[in-house]
Amino acid sequence: MAATQVIRSEWTKIRSVASTVWTLSLAVVVTIALGMLISAFTGNEFDNMSRDDRLSFDPTFISFAGMSLGQLAMIVFGVLVVSNEYSTGMIRTSLAAVPQRGTFLFSKIAVATGLALVVGLATSFVTFFLGQAMLGSHRASIGDDGVLRAVIGGGLYMTLIAVFSMGVATMLRSPMLSLGILMPFFFLISNILGNVSATKKIGRYLPDQAGSKIMQVVTPIDDDTPYGPWGGFGIMALWAVAALAGGYLLLKKRDA
Amino acid sequence: MIELSGLTKRYGEKVAVNNLTFTVRPGIVTGFLGPNGAGKSTTMRMMLGLDRPTAGDVRIDGQHYDRLKDPLKYIGALLDAKAMHGGRSAFNHLLCLAQSNGIPRSRVHEVLDTVGLTSVARKKAKGFSLGMGQRLGIAGALLGDPRILMFDEPVNGLDPEGIHWIRNLMKSLAAQGRTVFVSSHLMSEMALTADHLVVIGQGRLLADTSMADFIAQNSRSHVRIRTPQRERLLDVLHGAGILVVETGGGVLEVDGGKSEHIGELAAQHQIVLHELSPQRASLEEAFMQLTAESVEYHAHADTPAPAPAGELGRFEQPAPQWGDDWTRS
Repeated sequence: MAATQVIRSEWTKIRSVASTVWTLSLAVVVTIALGMLISAFTGNEFDNMSRDDRLSFDPTFISFAGMSLGQLAMIVFGVLVVSNEYSTGMIRTSLAAVPQRGTFLFSKIAVATGLALVVGLATSFVTFFLGQAMLGSHRASIGDDGVLRAVIGGGLYMTLIAVFSMGVATMLRSPMLSLGILMPFFFLISNILGNVSATKKIGRYLPDQAGSKIMQVVTPIDDDTPYGPWGGFGIMALWAVAALAGGYLLLKKRDA
Repeated sequence: MIELSGLTKRYGEKVAVNNLTFTVRPGIVTGFLGPNGAGKSTTMRMMLGLDRPTAGDVRIDGQHYDRLKDPLKYIGALLDAKAMHGGRSAFNHLLCLAQSNGIPRSRVHEVLDTVGLTSVARKKAKGFSLGMGQRLGIAGALLGDPRILMFDEPVNGLDPEGIHWIRNLMKSLAAQGRTVFVSSHLMSEMALTADHLVVIGQGRLLADTSMADFIAQNSRSHVRIRTPQRERLLDVLHGAGILVVETGGGVLEVDGGKSEHIGELAAQHQIVLHELSPQRASLEEAFMQLTAESVEYHAHADTPAPAPAGELGRFEQPAPQWGDDWTRS
């Protein structure tokens, strides 16, 4: 069984369902719109901010503020790509056609990841430029130190969020269960754990907390995070790999 | 050719499939018969490598399923007509299956035409009726032009025209020399389509026989006679060496006897007959008796019980459709 055949098949699958279009569109629109809104608001409030806040002001990171909501749509995309197979019963037809489960799973993940990467990068660049336009005189330039890395990183972040969700959905199979765990986790729990001082030391190793470091250009004052932008991204990548490995092992041994 | 050897599937304590060994041969339709819950679908899923056997082995043309290169070209299966994404069009559903096995796009159009879905090819599958869904599933099975075809309860829920179509399709596929394996819980359905019969109950193999043999062995035929001159007839038949059983109500039964012969004897001796009728036990009854002990979900007492074994072959009343008298409890 040639992997190229299966990849072509998975591309047909992903482009022929409506959920792909609406989840990705939502991720793009929400990330950009919210990013612009918060950039515009922050730009206006700049003069009222404290001295410390002004010193550590990170116009690049501010323009990505919409990602906190936009990533939820990416999660839905990642979950549905995988769990659609289970909720519809298609999985049995799919595995009868491609009994090599590793080939099946990783072709599916590869196609969805590629699509998420293209959409993520495009979103990240558009978000950056529109966000900076809203910030007016406080804006950053794409040529500034670390900015290009942060913008590309924004696209990679969105991609990995989707990949992590695919792994979790492969393990859990049910779309409702997967979303019921991932959405509150990334929207609430992770933020709480990462910002409350008691849990901060653990919370910052969670996938989104570590991964979002790559979108930072200016390090906040008193920041004692033990990893840099790529270190944080690496931690997030490890989470994604672990979720995929778990999904693969379960798929391999489970009855379809 | 599909070969099962010692195939077993256990879910915890419960044995769903118990040491099944049989071979499905090419060129004929093999019926896979058993009551609901007998393990038919589990067996078929194991044949396709979807479920892992606890013990034993299935080989498709001598190979394990997951060793087949482009398996849709070896074996096409319809397990569940609803095993597809409802939001995808019929064409795209078949296209993604075709692509995964290196089957050309033109073949998708061909099979859509074969099953008569060309006009709705671009419509989403969730809008399809049960019959259309079944046809789409069959199109998927035919996609790779496989030598082996497998259908799990293909006529379930279909209208008479759809049932007729599927029967003819299966027969023509077998006539082309293909291996056709079809499951059902209705003996009457199998009697019309299958050449060979594999019967299971509670996961165990109960019969593996040709349909002709099954009919010959299991449908005991006898002649039913009523006469006002009972004693004379008994003497005459006895004199001719014919064994007669009295079954009460003035009815006599001759096992395996020829009604012509008995009629001629009666005429010779001028005995009046009120009834002389050849009887055949239905296959449905034979199947019911075969699986009686293995039916998992028995009916409750408010429905008439199936005829006890000893009365098989007598039918004053028409036999109920198998399965009418019990429900999943």
